[in-house]
Amino acid sequence: MQKFILRRLAITVVTLILVSLIVFVMARASGDPRTLLLDDYASTEMWDELGVELGLDKPLYIQYAIFLGDALLLDFGDSVIDNQPVTATILERLPATLQLGAAAFIFSLVIGIPLGILSSIKRDSFWDQVGKLVALLGQSMPPFWLGIMMIFFFAVMLGWVPPSGRYDWNSFVLPAITLGWFTVAANMRIVRSAMLDSLDTEYIKLARAKGVSETQIIWKHALKNAVIPPLTFMGITLGTLVTGSIVAETVFAWPGIGLLAFDALRQSDYSLLQGIVVFFAVMYLGTSLLVDILYAYLDPRIRYS
Amino acid sequence: MANTVLATRPPSAFNITQWWRKLRRRHVFLGISVFLLLLVAGTGILAPLIAPHDPHKGNLADQKLPPAWIGERTTTKTVVEFPEPGLSHRQISISRAQRIDPNAALGGEVQVILREGGNSRYLLGTDDLGRDILSRIIYGARISLIIAGVTLGIGGAIGTGLGLIAGYFGRLVDELLMRIVDIFLALPLVLVALVLVVAVGQSFFITTMVLVLFIWVRFARQIRGEVLQLKTMDYVSLAKVAGASTPRILFIHLFPGVINTLIVVATLQVSIVILVESTLSFLGAGVPPPTPAWGSMVADGRDFLADAWWISTMPGVAILLTVLSLNLFGDWLRDRLDPKLRQLN
Repeated sequence: MQKFILRRLAITVVTLILVSLIVFVMARASGDPRTLLLDDYASTEMWDELGVELGLDKPLYIQYAIFLGDALLLDFGDSVIDNQPVTATILERLPATLQLGAAAFIFSLVIGIPLGILSSIKRDSFWDQVGKLVALLGQSMPPFWLGIMMIFFFAVMLGWVPPSGRYDWNSFVLPAITLGWFTVAANMRIVRSAMLDSLDTEYIKLARAKGVSETQIIWKHALKNAVIPPLTFMGITLGTLVTGSIVAETVFAWPGIGLLAFDALRQSDYSLLQGIVVFFAVMYLGTSLLVDILYAYLDPRIRYS
Repeated sequence: MANTVLATRPPSAFNITQWWRKLRRRHVFLGISVFLLLLVAGTGILAPLIAPHDPHKGNLADQKLPPAWIGERTTTKTVVEFPEPGLSHRQISISRAQRIDPNAALGGEVQVILREGGNSRYLLGTDDLGRDILSRIIYGARISLIIAGVTLGIGGAIGTGLGLIAGYFGRLVDELLMRIVDIFLALPLVLVALVLVVAVGQSFFITTMVLVLFIWVRFARQIRGEVLQLKTMDYVSLAKVAGASTPRILFIHLFPGVINTLIVVATLQVSIVILVESTLSFLGAGVPPPTPAWGSMVADGRDFLADAWWISTMPGVAILLTVLSLNLFGDWLRDRLDPKLRQLN
């Protein structure tokens, strides 16, 4: 178990370092920040002075060490556009992103798991076909387009929900569906195949032979073992929610970190974007690390694979 | 066994399940998919010959024309001297009415065209700059094809090469390469793409590079697993005993054995490449404008949903149908060529 945790931790740390390295190298590749901060009439002394202030006079590896140290202290400097500290801006947007993520996560469980169960116990029935269709569309439909189409139907044509923004509960509906769409299909597929595997095991056959009713077999015996696999994928699920939030928040002008990333992209606000990327990467890698450790704790087989 | 519950149900007159199964059996969907894929590939390759209009040049007189099958939208307005404020949707001033119908008189009614009807010159309508959407979709197919081809070519070659090496040499080499694969799988690539774009700008090169980073690992993992099994075969040991060089064993003896896997992985990866590429171009981090990419076309239409829904809808339908066809075709190919892979996906 310890070995497993150590290995996962090492991978996570190396990935984070790689992300920070990409961010750092790209920041230098994008040009000297002084060209943005100083105007054309700045003297050479001012130029050098600012270089010392920003640490640009030091060798690159020391600059990187300083960048890493600041990142560990959650200090990403100020936004180039509005001069606000990046960390404060991100934290301000965090609740909106977390709320939307939670809504999407709940949506994907509430729709995905029952659909998976239904399609597995009634194979080749109507519900099974619905499930397969959902799985196929989940893989094939780009979420940003789904979001826009839903805005057109439910907000523009029918006027049931607001087209964008974050107000009442009903402004959650479309963004949550857009964000959770891919995950619904994934959950459905996983639960379905887990249920089918579980229904095919010896202990189910024994229960049948003993005359246990079909309802009891499905709900008491099979289901318990079929809800574990979606847990394994929760790490991946949460990861897709983090990346997906950029798309969903952009489509619905949802005032979270994803929209902030999109705005930073459009305004070429590099310091803001690098803060967001490191923040998202930590969230993404941190959650999948936690989920993996939790799952390895629950299921010993994972530790040795 | 679970079907025993079903079997007791009386057969209904119209059984949607049976109907669906029959369709499946006849491979109708597969046929449609292959047809659509050939259509996308064909139009993409022959874009300059097929596209009815220039995808970059718009005609400002033909802005936001609906698709050809949609008729004009009209309304009847009462002719008055001056429309009352707030009632302009029902009233029209006499001077403007007479421009539409010279015989219009006060108190009478005229038909006012709210939106022009579709035009057979623009089958799928035009966008806000009067550019033909069909032509842009055709050129967009070309871009998607090129990007998918280049990324799969490079990513597939890197992934297959490293997969062969990792699987064949095993031990430390394998351990090292697979850890690198783990790291790349954990990398949030859409974010990395955004960083690259802000730092060095949008370009075809950046988009393909990000996608290559994204997909080589998937090839490497699959091929490596395949090679691990293949290298235990007798013919590989025999080749070694016969004194075949390592590159010879890798490429002449092992590589042909993984070609089926390679084809299946490549087909299923194309759909992912197209989805990720369209997401990047939707966010403005893909191939730079004015090159028509499907994702950025969807983004272009966002602001005109209320009066020109087709601008966003049509390119999205193109993405959906292409990816759907690729998935159906890929699943079929997988079952055909490599049933072992079924569990992996």
